[in-house]
Amino acid sequence: MIEMLEKTVLHNGLVTAFAVVGLIMYVSMLLSRYLTMGRVHGSAIAILIGLGLAYWGGSHTGGQKGLADLSLFSGIGLMGGAMLRDFAIVATAFEVQATEARKAGMIGVVALVLGTVLPFIVGAGVAYAFGYTDAVSMTTIGAGAVTYIVGPVTGAAIGASSEIMALSIATGLVKAILVMVGTPVAAGFLRLKTPRSAMVFGGLAGTVSGVSAGLAATDRKLVPYGTLVATFHTGLGCLMGPSVLYFAVKSLVA
Amino acid sequence: MIIYGTALLAVCHLLGIFLGDLLGALIGVKTNVGGVGIAMILLICARLYMHKRGLMPQTTELGVTFWGAMYIPVVVAMAAQQNVVAALRGGPVAVLAAMGALALCASTIALINRTEKDAGDETVTEPSSDVKTGVKTA
Repeated sequence: MIEMLEKTVLHNGLVTAFAVVGLIMYVSMLLSRYLTMGRVHGSAIAILIGLGLAYWGGSHTGGQKGLADLSLFSGIGLMGGAMLRDFAIVATAFEVQATEARKAGMIGVVALVLGTVLPFIVGAGVAYAFGYTDAVSMTTIGAGAVTYIVGPVTGAAIGASSEIMALSIATGLVKAILVMVGTPVAAGFLRLKTPRSAMVFGGLAGTVSGVSAGLAATDRKLVPYGTLVATFHTGLGCLMGPSVLYFAVKSLVA
Repeated sequence: MIIYGTALLAVCHLLGIFLGDLLGALIGVKTNVGGVGIAMILLICARLYMHKRGLMPQTTELGVTFWGAMYIPVVVAMAAQQNVVAALRGGPVAVLAAMGALALCASTIALINRTEKDAGDETVTEPSSDVKTGVKTA
């Protein structure tokens, strides 16, 4: 009986994922309503539960893909993978008011450039303070502070060691997780209310996963504006990291 | 039909990713440059174009909006497969670099968003609570 049920679940990974995530959402909505009196948005709680399950799955299996490493939950990997994630993100653009987006065009570009350079400086500075004083390590960790994709792409391009690469990815991951969890809490301080403010946020906070999840937990209507800008963030970072930023660090420390 | 909407979304998605890859190859980086963003812009344009010509009945729209609504559940699934263990094991360098970068960015966001003229219109009574949350998160 149990074996047959297990087989059913194993053979229907994606469908299982829909059921599991649906359950997580339901529990989160209940927690949001009764435990926090609606003050913490259900989506934020759901994302936190997701991260908690990822930690549990990761420490259980020793794998790198959180809950998706457990074969019973492999469908989570497909549902939350890059393909469906991007598909759903693109779909949110359907609700974008084109006039609003155009109004914030220039400020979006400014935010993007700042959002690449500022985290990079902080990341490289922290790396330097902890004894990673060579240009390659500083650049790789600095790039990781931009996003966890920019980090390894930059590191691979300039020949960083795998230890530095892992550190760089970890930096980006911590940042993404902090953005996911912290955005709803800091929304008032950040003045996240209008499409324009969401675009500034998307450009400066960077990571698509962090921005989209953070905005989703704050105000779903703002998601497309933030992610629209944030999606250019990784590209810009991958462009500037191994080139302009690396040369700048090299000229400073050499 | 609903599938028309989903197909339109799929075509925009594919075209956007392809153009992003192409752009990346053109400027010589090995990654997709703004593919999802390009796809979003394509979808916005397609919607404006088709809406004007009456080619967008409600059911077609449903084929897109369903996926937009699936967005949060997809994000939860994404969160559930992050390498949280490694992120926490990264130690003080990763945590400090991430937190420092975010603190600086958050201040910049707050600064820029306070320059927006019409931001404070509807919430005149809120500044005091804003300050409180600001202190809590700083």
